Amino acid sequence: MKNLFSLKKYFIKYKSKLLWGFVFILFSNAGMVYVPILLKDSINFLQQSVSKEKLIEYSILIVVTSLVAGIFRFLIRQTIIVVSREIEFDLRNDFWNHIQKLPLRFFQNNSTGNIMAHATNDINAVRSFIGPAVMYSIDTGIRILIVVFIMLSIDWSLTLLALLPLPLLSFAVYRIMKLIHEKYTKIQEKFSELTTRAQENYSGIRIIKSYVREENEISRWKELSKDYLNKNMNLVKVQALIMPILVMITGLSIIIVIWLGGMRVINNQISLGEITAFVVYLGILIWPVIAFGWVTNIIQQAEASMKRLNKIFREPYEIVDVSESSFNKNEIEGDIEFRNVSFRYNDNLPFVLKNINLKIPKGSTLAIIGHTGAGKTTLINLIPRLYDVTEGELLIDGYNVKDIPLDILRKSIGLVPQESFLFSDTIANNISYGLREIDFEKVVNVSRIAQLDKDVESFPNKYDTVVGERGITLSGGQKQRTSIARALAINPKILILDDSLSAVDTHTEEEILKNLKNFMKERTSIIISHRISTVKDADNIIVIKDGEIVEQGTHEELVALNGHYADLHYKQLLEKELEEIN
Amino acid sequence: MSDNRQDDEILGKAYDAKLMKRLLSYVKPYRKYVFFAILLNIFVAALGPLRPYLTKIAIDDYIAKSDYYGLMIISIALLFSLILQAVIQYFLTYATQYLGQKTLYDLRVQLFSHVQKLALKFFDKTPIGRIVTRTTNDVESLGELFSSGIVMVFSDVFIIIWILGFMFTLDVKLSLVTLSVMPILIYGTFLFRKKVREAYRNVRYHLARLNSYMQEHITGMNVVQIFRKEEDEFKKFSSINADHRDANIKSIFYYAIFYPGVELLSSIAIALIIWYGGGEVIQNAITIGVLFAFVQYVEMFFRPIRDLSEKYNILQTSMASSERIFNLLDNKTFINNPTNPIPLKDINGHIEFRNVWFAYDDENYVLKNINLEIKPGESVAIVGHTGAGKSTLINILTRFYDINKGTILIDGIDIRQVDKRELRKHISMVLQDVFLFSGTIKSNITLDNDEIDIERVKKAAKLVGADKFIENLPNKYDEEVKERGATLSVGQKQLISFARALAYEPKILILDEATSSIDTDTEKIIQEAIQRLLKGRTSIVIAHRLSTIQNADKIIVLHKGEIKEIGKHQELLAKKGIYYKLYQLQYKDQEITIS
Repeated sequence: MKNLFSLKKYFIKYKSKLLWGFVFILFSNAGMVYVPILLKDSINFLQQSVSKEKLIEYSILIVVTSLVAGIFRFLIRQTIIVVSREIEFDLRNDFWNHIQKLPLRFFQNNSTGNIMAHATNDINAVRSFIGPAVMYSIDTGIRILIVVFIMLSIDWSLTLLALLPLPLLSFAVYRIMKLIHEKYTKIQEKFSELTTRAQENYSGIRIIKSYVREENEISRWKELSKDYLNKNMNLVKVQALIMPILVMITGLSIIIVIWLGGMRVINNQISLGEITAFVVYLGILIWPVIAFGWVTNIIQQAEASMKRLNKIFREPYEIVDVSESSFNKNEIEGDIEFRNVSFRYNDNLPFVLKNINLKIPKGSTLAIIGHTGAGKTTLINLIPRLYDVTEGELLIDGYNVKDIPLDILRKSIGLVPQESFLFSDTIANNISYGLREIDFEKVVNVSRIAQLDKDVESFPNKYDTVVGERGITLSGGQKQRTSIARALAINPKILILDDSLSAVDTHTEEEILKNLKNFMKERTSIIISHRISTVKDADNIIVIKDGEIVEQGTHEELVALNGHYADLHYKQLLEKELEEIN
Repeated sequence: MSDNRQDDEILGKAYDAKLMKRLLSYVKPYRKYVFFAILLNIFVAALGPLRPYLTKIAIDDYIAKSDYYGLMIISIALLFSLILQAVIQYFLTYATQYLGQKTLYDLRVQLFSHVQKLALKFFDKTPIGRIVTRTTNDVESLGELFSSGIVMVFSDVFIIIWILGFMFTLDVKLSLVTLSVMPILIYGTFLFRKKVREAYRNVRYHLARLNSYMQEHITGMNVVQIFRKEEDEFKKFSSINADHRDANIKSIFYYAIFYPGVELLSSIAIALIIWYGGGEVIQNAITIGVLFAFVQYVEMFFRPIRDLSEKYNILQTSMASSERIFNLLDNKTFINNPTNPIPLKDINGHIEFRNVWFAYDDENYVLKNINLEIKPGESVAIVGHTGAGKSTLINILTRFYDINKGTILIDGIDIRQVDKRELRKHISMVLQDVFLFSGTIKSNITLDNDEIDIERVKKAAKLVGADKFIENLPNKYDEEVKERGATLSVGQKQLISFARALAYEPKILILDEATSSIDTDTEKIIQEAIQRLLKGRTSIVIAHRLSTIQNADKIIVLHKGEIKEIGKHQELLAKKGIYYKLYQLQYKDQEITIS
């Protein structure tokens, strides 16, 4: 239970509503147990002679009592269960608020599906504890106490005998639910095995077809399916016990009442009405007894889920503002300097960047060239502090980047990531993502710079066109240009394009670069690319290999150097020639 | 709320008789069991309602008449009916669940087998994830329909019928009075189901919104953080989260009304029994035992009615899944075999392309007028720039796709005239992206073909030089291979795929060389392996290695879907044409690394 204790603050927040819920439970139970007493009395009256008026009076009393009990029952759900939904809401909000602040590292180490599972399944399990589990345990606890007390006062020995089977029921439900949970987990494992197999088969369909292994794959699938079927039937074996056990045990209690109680009636020890009341009380008790076993399981599962959630809540933020900083400006200028910067993702991993020394003066353009995995993206990710350097210093305007408040730092940097990620929203909203509000003039303006305007004009709803899953699908080049426009919209002091023109044709690319040159005057640009055409006009070009800067200079200087850059340059010329042959 | 709701979010369309008929056809093989289960259901349904009737007898005939012996007998009868009901119910549940699971099994196997037959064109167009969902999740969602839906409907109906039967036998007038609340109960239950269904649809819609928001923003978290939009995004999240909460709270309302409402209705029924039945008792028209039985029947009535309303829901949700499943089953993108295939027992490995044209979609030809002859035992290298049509050329040879114009002949026989399975058995294919299945090294080489024994596996591995690393693994050929061969290096995976191709002892070998750079030692092993692989059989290689093109009997230069140059390495170099440029671009560097 120690993990569930962390829910205390939420319970305190809603304590008055919960308290009312508790009061309602008391009242509704009082009403509920009164009905059998009325029933008992009226049947007892019947054995003596009684007036019709008395019967009507009792009938009305029964209806009124249940109505009152029912109203309180309604109020219980409206308080306790509603609170559980409110706490679920708070918990999920806190969860989201927390993970938004977690570093990129967290998202690279945890799959999206995994994080989603915490936000949905785990929070749901915890909610079941707060709502149903809390409600039923209080409700049933109280009800059992009252009902058993009344039954004992009618006939204590008959009560004990009739109730004898019930603890057995509670225990059986607890055991069966536990078994079901275990077996269900196994079924889920098998099911994901099935999914994986289907996935694997469909992905490898070329191999299967070319080696004519279809029949074999089908028989393997049959085998696995059969296995899954057996696992399911294993569960059914246990699950099918629930109803019979329920019927058996409750029925047994009733038979005991009829038989032993009947004998006592014959002996004139108790009345027929009292037996009727007993039977009805047993009916009332069944659900609480079942709930007892059920709730125990919910608590166990919620505890496990809360443990997982707490683990996430304990993840450190890592990248935060320093408490005291000498930086006192409202914005940055854009002078960047790497001083002996080395970086690795994790203490156990090798260095991805080694001893980088680099100055990018304000107003200049730096281009970075290098193979996949050379460390280009890592290098530029350090600038907006998506990661912090492992060794050395990264300075902006002469300040250590850690001393600049994240708000100021990131709002001055327009980073266009390698994978252009757009939200499924309108184009206008996507472009003005970094702005406080939509500035339509600005949207059009930056779209023109990013050479997106003509494309947008051809869309059905122009800038209000929704993109992504629920809208139109943009081509790779359109996506890249949209995310460039998005970065430009914030008027960045530093613009970083991480291979963001790869899907744009060379002609458009040239236009964009020309526009950028104008737009980024006085400001700093960093461009990563594989294409010589993209980088050739930069003020400074660096070639990165295995985390180190191996060549540096202007296009002409590097071509003259006759190294990696020159080789790439030559090859791209050849490719162009090949393209032109028909 | 009418905005952009996706198909999957809609709770299912209304009942569709055609779909239902097709679904029921899956139960047909088991109809004997179904009938038996229904019969048993009718019987067991009587046992529950029988007990209040027996208690009535106990009260009126024995307790009232002080008959200890009779009371004992009737109590034993009660116990017996109880045990009988419990036992039968257990086996009945087991049997119906088995029926359901077996039906799902049949459907799952049928779907999978169907997908195996579909042509590559289908896989090119359909996301793998979607096909997987059809074969797994969609089938699963029919579970309730097949297991409890079909048979248990009878159980609920018959419980109601039996209760009515017993009640009317006991007293017709009192029955009618008691049942007067039933129309309200039935109406209320179905109304509640409808409301809850709507409320849940709403909950699901908001849950889907919440999930897609989270999915999207977790994926794009770097964008959120770069633009410092955490606060704004949190507000957005919070409002979606609040919608989800409110939708749930709304559904709580229906539950909060319904359950107390049912209890109130049964109290009203009991009050009616007391009022009317009590009056009858006073006039000695009925006995107290009857009253007692009626009180119990009132409690019994509710469950089957609630279950029936749930069955209706199951039916509706099944419609959507079954429609998607049947759509896949009705997809007939096949590469057809000829009706009377020409047998292709042993071949020499002579290949000829005659005026071959091919387009993936109607008119955009990827291959144009290809004419090519490859003699038995000849080794041909295909070179060309990206998009030249190299992969297409090898894909049409095994009939992964059918050509639009022209003919492809193997040993002089049109490949469309032979059984494609027989054709493919003569051709081994090694793809650029090595695909390994989860299993063992051995199973990846044999692909579970029993005809290939361990000796042949070892021989093949040895020939390609894979034996050295395999022998060093703790379990050798039985070493576990994880999904996609995650634990093996790129070079090792390639060697395994070479061994696989060789173990099948093909006459024709097709190899799409991997471009990925590997260390020089492995490179050397792979180069030697390729040479041994090609030796003595007709082979077509999409070449990325200098050594491969140098050793080829002839090189074919593909450019924009056409064969531009054919010849030997030195001849083509001397031409200073396309090959010369390609050579400089792709192969020249290798001269330096090798020497």
